[in-house]
Amino acid sequence: MKSIKYLFIGMIFGFILVKSEVVSWYRIQEMFRFQSFHMYGVLTSAIVVGLISIQILKRLKVKTINGEEITIEKKEFNKGNIFGGLIFGFGWALTGACPGPLYALVGSGASIMLVALLSAVFGTYVYGVIRDRLPH
Amino acid sequence: MNFLTQPWPWYIAGPLIGLMVPALLLTGNKTFGISSTLRHICAACIPTSSEFFKYDWRGHSWNLFFAFGIIMGGFFAGVLLQNPNPVQLNEAAVASMNQYGIKEYSGLMPQEFFNWHALLTLRGFILIVVGGFMVGFGTRYAGGCTSGHSIMGISNLQWPSLIATCCFFIGGLLMTWFVLPYIMHL
Repeated sequence: MKSIKYLFIGMIFGFILVKSEVVSWYRIQEMFRFQSFHMYGVLTSAIVVGLISIQILKRLKVKTINGEEITIEKKEFNKGNIFGGLIFGFGWALTGACPGPLYALVGSGASIMLVALLSAVFGTYVYGVIRDRLPH
Repeated sequence: MNFLTQPWPWYIAGPLIGLMVPALLLTGNKTFGISSTLRHICAACIPTSSEFFKYDWRGHSWNLFFAFGIIMGGFFAGVLLQNPNPVQLNEAAVASMNQYGIKEYSGLMPQEFFNWHALLTLRGFILIVVGGFMVGFGTRYAGGCTSGHSIMGISNLQWPSLIATCCFFIGGLLMTWFVLPYIMHL
């Protein structure tokens, strides 16, 4: 099973998400109320490390462990980035969780967040059904 | 051992999260992102005529393994190595939470509002079900979430991701400052 590798990377990610409390409703509230630097620190330092890593991989033309070339798909702009972004922001402030944390919270024993996760799956489903009628 | 049960500061957690980006690229040329797993679950589980869910989700199954790993990581960190202390908030945050009637700080979220009984109240339904729906609908409409846009996208200097991230924050601020106070007093 070559996908098992991703299960391990996911485990590390889930562990960090819970230990850093970025999955906490309280920390998300603190962030949106500008009462703590914690979330801003996590996000900006993650971006800085990601940015430097990508630059190193690109400039040194590093290959994957299987010798494949590393390619990253570009993100095309559409109006969904704005409308969808705002809607996600509303949901983020309500549930106190984005998709990664939803999974992590379910694992951490907050069984009620399974409902939020299923509701998120349903939200994605509804988007897929009505997307042709939405501005993009 | 203490380090494994205590909460981690931002300067440890943030860089480690950033390392997910090269870890996934090096492992198999995969781009960091979580919200697409919600789409794969729809494609795999819900029968539909929508073209949006007709694609080879099995080709993206690594993403589902990754998501399942997150659940397991959450279990290790939140159950086996649970932080025995309540979440530490500063005075300003505690004052805001008191306004919402929150007095109990055990666990990662207010237990009064996030439990199975609360689900049957209007407030609980909005926080859990409506909130979850908006997360799933919004992230797919936006083409990514905090990981795919804010971390992966901005790290790769994608300006649409920067716009999306600004909108995540604008949405969160509007909800927190103008709508949530009413919801919390329902």
